[in-house]
Amino acid sequence: MRHALSALLILWSAAAAAQSAFEIEEERLFDAPGTAVVRIVSTTDTDLFAPIVTAFQAANPEIDVHYTTAATTEVHRAVESGAAFDLAISSAMDLQMKLANDGLALPAPGPADWPRLARWRDEVWAFAQEPVVAAFAPRAFEGMLPRTRSDLIDALRRDPERFQGKVGTYDPNRSGAGYLFATQDARQSDTSWRLAEVMGGLDPRLYASTAAMLRDLREGRILVAYNLLGSYATADGFAGVEMLDFTHVLLRTALVPRSAPAPDLGRAFLRFLLSPEGQAAVAATGLPPIDADALTRAPHLRPIRLDAGLLVYVDPLVRGRFLREWTEAVRQP
Amino acid sequence: MSIRRRLTLLLLAGAAALSLIGWLLVRDVVERAAQETQDGILGAATRAVADEMRGGVEGVEIDIPFMAFSILGAAGEDRIFYRVTVGGETVTGYGDLPLPDDAATLAPRFLSTPFRGEAVRVAVIDRTLLAGGRSVPVRVALAQGNRSRDALAARLSNRAAVVGFGFFLMAAALAVLTARSVTRPVRHLADSVARRGPDDLRPVDRPVPTELAPLVAALNGFMARLDAGADRTETFIAEAAHHIRTPLSALRARAEIALRGADEATRAHLRDILRLTDGTARTAGQLLDHAAVVHRSDQRGGSAEIDLARLADDVVRAARPLAELRDIRLTLDVPGPVILHGDRVPLEAALRNLIDNAVKYSPDESEVHVTLRPGATLTVEDRGRGLSDPPEALMRRFARGANAGDVLGTGLGLSIVETAAAALGGTLTLTPRDGGGTCATLSLPS
Repeated sequence: MRHALSALLILWSAAAAAQSAFEIEEERLFDAPGTAVVRIVSTTDTDLFAPIVTAFQAANPEIDVHYTTAATTEVHRAVESGAAFDLAISSAMDLQMKLANDGLALPAPGPADWPRLARWRDEVWAFAQEPVVAAFAPRAFEGMLPRTRSDLIDALRRDPERFQGKVGTYDPNRSGAGYLFATQDARQSDTSWRLAEVMGGLDPRLYASTAAMLRDLREGRILVAYNLLGSYATADGFAGVEMLDFTHVLLRTALVPRSAPAPDLGRAFLRFLLSPEGQAAVAATGLPPIDADALTRAPHLRPIRLDAGLLVYVDPLVRGRFLREWTEAVRQP
Repeated sequence: MSIRRRLTLLLLAGAAALSLIGWLLVRDVVERAAQETQDGILGAATRAVADEMRGGVEGVEIDIPFMAFSILGAAGEDRIFYRVTVGGETVTGYGDLPLPDDAATLAPRFLSTPFRGEAVRVAVIDRTLLAGGRSVPVRVALAQGNRSRDALAARLSNRAAVVGFGFFLMAAALAVLTARSVTRPVRHLADSVARRGPDDLRPVDRPVPTELAPLVAALNGFMARLDAGADRTETFIAEAAHHIRTPLSALRARAEIALRGADEATRAHLRDILRLTDGTARTAGQLLDHAAVVHRSDQRGGSAEIDLARLADDVVRAARPLAELRDIRLTLDVPGPVILHGDRVPLEAALRNLIDNAVKYSPDESEVHVTLRPGATLTVEDRGRGLSDPPEALMRRFARGANAGDVLGTGLGLSIVETAAAALGGTLTLTPRDGGGTCATLSLPS
């Protein structure tokens, strides 16, 4: 029984902002002949997520899905301000963690054998794990792609003229995911700071999204894209390079907000996401499903730990200080 | 309630109380230990945050070390809250996190409080920093949810509860065994006393625990007195019977002499005197029999080989003169020797009373049949007045049938027979006889 996707496309809807003090990017109603509607706010693109919704509705034809996308910080603000969403999906683990820690998430029982690293209590559940990779234009490296940050630093230093203005990375000031990657890099090793300084000397381009970074890489405006989501790179035809010194693994997480008008529908969608069928649907979109064994097999993969440690970087003072230091390193006079 | 049951219940109650107290103590210790563990980690994390605070020219610089939070978070899935105040103003964290009123300078102070719907433990450290040329008081508070602490304490105290219950079960088994072993001598003593016949008055000589020795000594003393009392009574009755019979014999002799020379009216009186004298002598004889039988059965006296046929013959022979006075035919039918083991005295008394009784209550010129069958069953059949009362009533001491009439008697005869029969392990049954009279059957183990 396939149901028609009745797309209700409102791009950059400023009207939605009237609901509360947050900005949304896109809204779509997946209209089933349903009697109930589950409202999801998410950072994952609608087109990428649509097959998962379709799979959910195949199993639950009576539930309409209202899918809203927004930036990570906006998803956070939406839940914080008590907006009417039954499920909040975000790639910003720190912000999700902050919501749960502050008691803004409802308990949502999931599979008992779900890997410990992919859940916090029964409030935050990860349903996809994504390596944070680098992507290169092969012609710039004569076939010898850097495999570690030190390799990359060496390559950039060897030929500064070639890479001048041709290095791209996330702007942690504008992107929640970028901020998470930068802070985790800084926590992990000092090499990151050196890399930031080297990139800073090359007048880097700073992006707010992986998609924009990939577009410029494809169109040759940059040769190096550092810290982007592996699934996007793969989808765009680039082989994302997992750095062998360490590669962070981001967890896409979902939680049921305390302000949910229909928390049981949110829980139902979450249960589906974590079920074998849901995980298969996630895998079909190109997002890697949760696989704790893969993380143990590959020693360079460092899953970002879903625990209270993430709260540190959400602190405004810490954030301000970090961004100041990062900006000083990257924006060299 | 039995001693054993009471002892078992007391021991069980004691074991339950001890197990419960033990569990409560362990739980208390576990809770303290969990609290101290939590305080240790929380205090160290708070100190780590406080150490990162620095005074500067522009103001206080704050950097929260990632590890401080990460360690707290890794300890479990606890919520974490924090608050930093500089000069009394909250500069970061949760402005509504409760803080203790008094200052905590060197060591962190702890506070338990509910916060955002969860019980949390707050650690606070106060410092003074030199910032912008003046000293500023700085407070760092770090709070951790109590979930993992409580989970740890619950896990350990549940384990302690299981151990405590195990101890209780073992103690319960021990209680049952102990109670059984402690009461065993009492039970054995009670059994050995109960196994005795009601008339066995020998002293208890089995070894008993010291606690029971006074009881056994008292019991033995009591039985000895009882025994001596029975002896005295028997002696007294025997002597009394003797002392009555001797003058009665003299009285009888005198009356017989007087009878020869007396006139008709006086002879009638004298014959009455003779009859009464005979009755009284009989009574004295029965009292003696009774005393002897009771005494013998009390003592479980000697055991000898007795030929019941010969004994019956002797007794019948002795009773014949009296029977013939009244033209009563007394017959004895024996199959040959019937041998049994027992005490001769009560057996003889039983036969004598049984046959005398039959003769006494038989009308003149009637017949009394004494029949002995192998297997030691002796029947005495008469054509007397029959049974006016239930046999059991007639066998009671000093009980006489309502139809006894003018026949002199004590009411001891059947009682003697019954007591003797019981002492020999046999029974006495009385049944009415077809055509009038009574059939008395004495069955004895051969």
